[in-house]
Amino acid sequence: MSGIVIIGAGECGVRAAFAARANGFDGKVTLVGDESGLPYERPPLSKPDANGATLKPICTTQMLAAKDITLLDGVGALRIDRDTSCVRLSTGEDLPYSRLLLATGASPRRLTCEGSEHAVTLRTIEDANRIYSQAVNGSRTVIIGAGLIGLELAAELVGRGNKVTILEAGPVPLGRNVPQPLAQRIVQRHIAEGVDIVCNVEVVRISGRAVELVGGQSIAADLVVAAIGVVPNTDLAQAAGLYIGNGIVVDEALRTNDTNIFAAGDCASVNFSGLGLQRFETWQNAQLQGEIAGRNLAGASGVFQPPVWFWSDQYDLGLQGVGQTNGTATALRTLSDDAEILFYLNNSNQLVGAAGLGVGNAVAKDIKLAHKLIEAKVAIEAAHLEDPTTNLKKLLRPVPAN
Amino acid sequence: MANWIDACSADDIDEEDVIRFDHEGRTFAIYRSPDDEYFCTDGLCTHENVHLADGLVMDHTIECPKHNGQFDYRTGEAARAPVCVNLGVYPVKVEGDRVLIEI
Repeated sequence: MSGIVIIGAGECGVRAAFAARANGFDGKVTLVGDESGLPYERPPLSKPDANGATLKPICTTQMLAAKDITLLDGVGALRIDRDTSCVRLSTGEDLPYSRLLLATGASPRRLTCEGSEHAVTLRTIEDANRIYSQAVNGSRTVIIGAGLIGLELAAELVGRGNKVTILEAGPVPLGRNVPQPLAQRIVQRHIAEGVDIVCNVEVVRISGRAVELVGGQSIAADLVVAAIGVVPNTDLAQAAGLYIGNGIVVDEALRTNDTNIFAAGDCASVNFSGLGLQRFETWQNAQLQGEIAGRNLAGASGVFQPPVWFWSDQYDLGLQGVGQTNGTATALRTLSDDAEILFYLNNSNQLVGAAGLGVGNAVAKDIKLAHKLIEAKVAIEAAHLEDPTTNLKKLLRPVPAN
Repeated sequence: MANWIDACSADDIDEEDVIRFDHEGRTFAIYRSPDDEYFCTDGLCTHENVHLADGLVMDHTIECPKHNGQFDYRTGEAARAPVCVNLGVYPVKVEGDRVLIEI
């Protein structure tokens, strides 16, 4: 008896399973996850407590049972046979499907330099526990890559008494997805906390105790972490003959070139008509695409549309962003306590992106409203965005003129 | 015996908004709905320990500032993943311009 099979039991796969049920699917739903235990949230992995990384399950055994969702944990998917509509599992079993979702996620990009095997990465609870058990007070930690994961980890480790050095190959930290005015404030905070950040450097070799750079400099290290981004997990899909393009290519309904196979989350490269392929690596995207794919597995015909949203916590600072925040911001909104939000309008004065930084959740409310304003596509005056006394909710629901 | 606590002035909360109220080591969120009614829930999201008062009120929903979990603040009911545990709710009354909560 076939049913819905979901490969990948992370945020995306779990949301999809529950969404399929919420949409009324009453056949078999099976979640296949290669890690052991209940599905868990990854964001807390870079925010450990004194005992190490927090294992925060996405759902309980009871919640899975209540929706009759079968979790095969600690089980790998080895092969998809599209002719017989079966997934070959690491247990040797063949699991038949009527609809299949690939929520295979992404894996940390590996360094290619000599000695790269000495560098650890952060993706799983095992990775996190390895890092926090090794990075004890007084350890010298070198983090390669000044992206969000590298900086979050640096904030955590320097707070635990580590000497932390971040090495970045590019010209600036957070060069890929954070507006530079905000990135610079974050970097200043790291420097004030004692983190060394070195840009424009290339690692040639990692030994057991040091990282060697082009030019001959050597940095002593008890622990080396590679945080240089992720690559989508596409091997299964590729071997099954599905289209690949920086991820598993899907249409806006998250369907691959096989009408019975969908992909969502970190592994999915969405082919937007007119815009080309876009892949998103945020927790909220995994949740949202998982829900849409889950409903579509159950027969709905929802489409995925950006914007996607992200957050990052470093020290007591909270960064949040939504939509496209490339280029120069159109408007700057300064809130109390130095919280600030950058807004990006297009040529029609529609909001396309916003990013904000402040203590705690100071920017959360306005970023949520920015998200809604982007979706609403209403024309906005930059002056209104810049005036902190203007409630953005009013821009969302303009008062009709009498 | 009912324990009514004077929490704030009715004008301290904008329409369709929320404020944080701390009392004897506990923290609460007090809401003013678009139809000018007042409600009170536990102050922290049931998903992670985040103050809901930094979140967004739309109609009768509070959205957590962090992970977009949503609750109906009139009933405390969890309305959107990742939250799956309901919030505690507390009776509210308005006397004059004061908002009182029963905890």
